[in-house]
Amino acid sequence: MSKFKKKKKGMPGISTASLPDIVFMLLFFFMVTTVMRETDLKIKKPVLPKADQVKKLERKSLVSYIYVGKGKDGSMDDKIQLNDKISSVKAIQSFILAERATHSEIEIPFLTTSIKADKDAFVGTISDIKEELREVNALKINYSTLPGSALENMKK
Amino acid sequence: MARRENPEINAGSMADIAFLLLIFFLVTTTMDVDQGISRKLPEKQDPNAPPPNIKEKNIFDVLVNRNNEILVQNEYVEIGDIRQMAKDFIDNGGGVDAEGNPCDWCNGARDPESSDHPKKAVISIESNRGTNYATFISVQNELVAAYNELRDAYSLKNYGVKFDELSLEKQKKIKEDIYPQIISERPPVKN
Repeated sequence: MSKFKKKKKGMPGISTASLPDIVFMLLFFFMVTTVMRETDLKIKKPVLPKADQVKKLERKSLVSYIYVGKGKDGSMDDKIQLNDKISSVKAIQSFILAERATHSEIEIPFLTTSIKADKDAFVGTISDIKEELREVNALKINYSTLPGSALENMKK
Repeated sequence: MARRENPEINAGSMADIAFLLLIFFLVTTTMDVDQGISRKLPEKQDPNAPPPNIKEKNIFDVLVNRNNEILVQNEYVEIGDIRQMAKDFIDNGGGVDAEGNPCDWCNGARDPESSDHPKKAVISIESNRGTNYATFISVQNELVAAYNELRDAYSLKNYGVKFDELSLEKQKKIKEDIYPQIISERPPVKN
C-alpha cells in the first residue's frame, strides 16, 4: 500500500526557469534572419514562372531588381517597376547607372540584374529590357523563377 | 542597523515579453530565396560587323510563336520533347571542332547531317513579341537542362561524381572545353 501512496506524492514540476532563454534564442534567430521589405510593389505582385534548372542568387547586395507585371488598375499591358515607382523602358539605363554608382569598382563586374516578371508578361517587354541592359553593358541577368517543374507553366 | 533587503525584480513576465517579440518577428519574416535561370547577354555589337558564318547543320532552331506553339527545326513539338532533342543535337559529334579534333566523349548518333561538335553546336531561340513569358522560360529551362544533363553524364563517367560536386577548376574545364553552353536569343519578331 505504502508503495502506491509514495508515487502520488512525488512527480516534481518541470522547471520553467530556462523558458525565457529558449524563447530568446528563437527570438534572436528570427531577428537576424528577418529581411524587411524594402520596396513596395506598385504593380500587381508578379506570379513567377516555374523552373528547375536554377541557380541561387548569392550576395543580394549585388543584385538589382526589375519587376514586370500588370498594373493594379487592371490594364492588360506590362508595367515595369524600378525601385519604387513605375517607369518606362527608357529609365532602365539611368537606373543601372545609379545602381553602379553605389558600388565600388571591384564589385561592378559582379552586379546582376534580376528580372522578376509575371508569367503572363510578354516576351516583347522582356526583350526591350534586355536591349536596354545591353546598351549599358549590364550583361549578367537572372530570370527569377519559383522552384517547380517547367512543364507546369504550359498548363492553362 | 535595520537594513532592508533590496526586493528582487520579478522576472516572471520576461517570457511573456520575449514571446510577444518572437511572434512579431515570426510574422514579419519572409524567407524567400532568390533563384532563377542565369543568363549572360551578348555584348553590343558593331552593326557593320559581318554576321558569323555558321553552317545550317550546326544550328538548332527553336521558335516559339505568338500562340505559344513550339517549333524545333520547323516541326511542331511538345515542350517535354525539347530536352531530348537538344541533347541529341549537342551530343551528336558528327564532325570536328575548329581545331580539327573529333568529339571523342560524345555519345550521339554521329549523324553527318546534324551538329559537328558540342563546341560548334549553337542553339537559337526565336520568339515573338506576343509570346507568353512562362512559355519562353519553360523553353529556356529545358535547353539549360539539356546542357546540365550532358555535363552531369560526362562528369559521372570521367570523375565518378556529379558536376556540382566537382572542383571549380574541373567545372570550368567542362564548361569551356567539353560542353560549352551556346544559346543565342534572337530579338523577337514583331507580328
